[in-house]
Amino acid sequence: MAEAPRMPDEIGVRDIQEFLHPVMKKNYGNWKYHDRPRPGVLHHVAHSGDEIWTVRAATSRQMDIHQIRELMDIADDFAEGYVRFTIRSNMEFMVSEESKVQPLIDALAAHGNPIGGTGNSVSTVSHTQGWLHCDIPGTDASGAVKALMDEIIDEFTHEEMPNRVRLTSSCCQINCGGQGDIAINIQHTKPPKIDHSQVGNVCERPTVVARCPVAAIRPAMVNGKPSLEVDEKKCICCGACFPPCPPMQINDPEHSNFAVWVGGKHSNARSKPTFHKLVASGIPNNPPRWPEVSKIVKQILAAYKADAKDYERMGEWAERIGWPSFFEKTGLPFTKYHIDNWRGGRANLNASAHIRF
Amino acid sequence: MAKQMHDTPMLDQLESGPWPSFISGIKRLAKDNNIAVDLLGQLETSYETKKGYWKGGTVGVVGYGGGVIPRFTELKNEDGTPKFPDAAEFHTIRIMPPPGSHFDSKTLRSMCDIWEKYGSGLICGIGQSGDIMFQGCSSANVQPFFNEINELGFDMGGAGPAVRTSMSCVGAARCEQSNFDEGRAMRTLVNNALDDLHRPALPYKMKYKVSGCANDCMNAIHRSDFAVIGTWRDDMKVDQAEVKAFVENKGRKYVIDNVITRCPTQALSLNDDDTLAVDNGNCVRCMHCLNVMNKALSPGDDGGVSVLIGGKRTLKIGDLMGTVIVPFHKMETDEDYEWLEELGTEVLDFFAENALEHERTGEMIERIGLTNFLEGIGIEIDPNMIAQPRTNPYVRMDAWDEEAAKWEERKA
Ligand code: HEM
Ligand code: SF4
Ligand code: SF4
Ligand code: SF4
Ligand code: SF4
Repeated sequence: MAEAPRMPDEIGVRDIQEFLHPVMKKNYGNWKYHDRPRPGVLHHVAHSGDEIWTVRAATSRQMDIHQIRELMDIADDFAEGYVRFTIRSNMEFMVSEESKVQPLIDALAAHGNPIGGTGNSVSTVSHTQGWLHCDIPGTDASGAVKALMDEIIDEFTHEEMPNRVRLTSSCCQINCGGQGDIAINIQHTKPPKIDHSQVGNVCERPTVVARCPVAAIRPAMVNGKPSLEVDEKKCICCGACFPPCPPMQINDPEHSNFAVWVGGKHSNARSKPTFHKLVASGIPNNPPRWPEVSKIVKQILAAYKADAKDYERMGEWAERIGWPSFFEKTGLPFTKYHIDNWRGGRANLNASAHIRF
Repeated sequence: MAKQMHDTPMLDQLESGPWPSFISGIKRLAKDNNIAVDLLGQLETSYETKKGYWKGGTVGVVGYGGGVIPRFTELKNEDGTPKFPDAAEFHTIRIMPPPGSHFDSKTLRSMCDIWEKYGSGLICGIGQSGDIMFQGCSSANVQPFFNEINELGFDMGGAGPAVRTSMSCVGAARCEQSNFDEGRAMRTLVNNALDDLHRPALPYKMKYKVSGCANDCMNAIHRSDFAVIGTWRDDMKVDQAEVKAFVENKGRKYVIDNVITRCPTQALSLNDDDTLAVDNGNCVRCMHCLNVMNKALSPGDDGGVSVLIGGKRTLKIGDLMGTVIVPFHKMETDEDYEWLEELGTEVLDFFAENALEHERTGEMIERIGLTNFLEGIGIEIDPNMIAQPRTNPYVRMDAWDEEAAKWEERKA
């Protein structure tokens, strides 16, 4: 008789209290204020008078176990054994004495993990799976991000931007990477190529038809076999039909391009949260270092840094100066593709006489 | 020693430069790990051809229906055998971290030890839905890996049409802007829905996210079907001595330009004696002035949450943000957390019964209308739910008088 399989223990999410640095545990919910002694370091003071310093270090997001073990050595030798991951894959180390901050910074820097990402800096790019793991990626987000951050690392280690700048990168327009002050996303630009001999065997056709956001797919008989066909004029090349139907190949090495979007904002500070908006497209997908992407991102960052007021997020700046000035100041071309024609798109047109000359 | 490395001239170029390199990490693994060797081979091929080569499938663990993202290589030789056989199966296993992604070094070391035994050694900390992701497991090793992680005390995350892994901000653990116990709220919501997390049977994904204030560090409003945002109901706390110190340090002009005139509702004014006057009735708790004058201004004592429903990214009708369905609920006692749990259940049940296949909560609300959704989950309308009243007149308003009477009754 085979052994009965082990059934999972449905633990769910563990209690946060088990994993907190003792000072954080003791002062849970009782923090008074914080300041930033230098970029990459936060200093929090509790009502009890207790203090804690946090050092924020960049990681490569996809880390090997050796690197994690070495970082844990640093956590044990130079910090107090506790870390946390931020939403942008930085690792934070906490210490209860100011004297431990500099040695910790030195150890992390020696290990190759830059310190920064706090306050008005460009933090690590939150990104998606890419060629390393997804099934519809047009590019490798991890690689494009590594290459970009090499170029703008000074903006990570310094706090010189008008406000914080949050970048995201996604390897298709499904955009698992999310909204950003600057979002750098690959676009498939050609409709799926269909292997009609496979569709009937592999795909649940009604499911695939239902997936399409623009109703471009309909069932069809091709060469006497049940298959699907795509109205290529309607298709917006989103790739949503590929996961349920792999014979509808969306990957197109030749025609996939990067597009850059600007002005996504999660925080409610000052203005309400906003979505990012298209500013550039047709940018070559050029591994392994994607120089054309970095160039445009740097152009946008430079214009924002030079022109925005303190505390203005990128989208707030663009709205204050007006989008025509945004295109002028960044040197990016404005095309008919910047004009929204998707559902509800008229809300994005200018219905006023508010014009700057 | 692992097998011979493949040539990777393109990937090698991602090892230069000051930013930490994931390629150097994989190469280090490849010294004694054949999965990593072949992963590099396949990835280099992707860089050359600009094509991805993974396809999905079905792999799971006993007792659960989801949480493993299966990946099989599509890079085959003429005879159908995989070109990079040791990475031919390269599944990702999503594991739920504690709220706020806090770890101690011992736990992360244990995770590394288990992963060294069964997987590629590559770990993603952390994914955009909050999982710690173990990337690169063969089909045969998924079960033993999960068994040991589970015995270490961690559970599988969500994938597929299911409740997904959740995130909460650092909040009460280390942030002065926190208005409630974010970690507890997140854990309450997810652990209440574990069956729907582990056994995908919903129309599509359901995400909960929790932020302790309107700075929304967890991106909850954009990126979750159920966003919990901390706020307060009484007056913000003002330490006038600290205000004066701030004005003295930064100057009146700085304070006027960067604090007073930046308030979206003009609720602030600087008095002649350099103290701050706050019109709390008009403050929308946007957090701007509290962020800037961090030491002088703090959230009030009467803390709680706003709940917004229906945020999501592009597919299928375009981006949607969450809509306020609960402007405020106190979040203090056990009963308050039970209330949140019940609301979570109501929304989940309504979604499960009423959404179409592959439709997110926000899309369902767009299709059926907010009022129907609110009736379905038993919540009363509130003017805080809208940005502005309707502008189109194409609607029957036969029951106007009754509805107006209801409003008067609620006010009374
Ligand atoms: C085709 C296969 C797909 C793969 C391999 C994939 C992969 C991923 C991964 C690994 C994450 C991070 C997960 C985590 O942190 O736990 C993620 C997040 C996300 N995915 Fe996908 N994804 C896929 C399809 C989709 C689709 C069809 C959508 C459609 C809406 C989508 C929307 C998102 C969003 C919005 C997030 C971020 C959510 C958040 O911030 O919580 N993904 N995806
Ligand atoms: S953005 Fe697209 S390609 Fe990238 S992980 Fe998400 S679904 Fe996959
Ligand atoms: S790529 Fe998108 S728009 Fe085009 S057919 Fe497929 S699902 Fe429809
Ligand atoms: S969302 Fe608010 S409470 Fe939470 S970490 Fe951010 S600032 Fe702090
Ligand atoms: S929190 Fe925002 S709305 Fe309230 S007073 Fe401050 S700036 Fe104004």
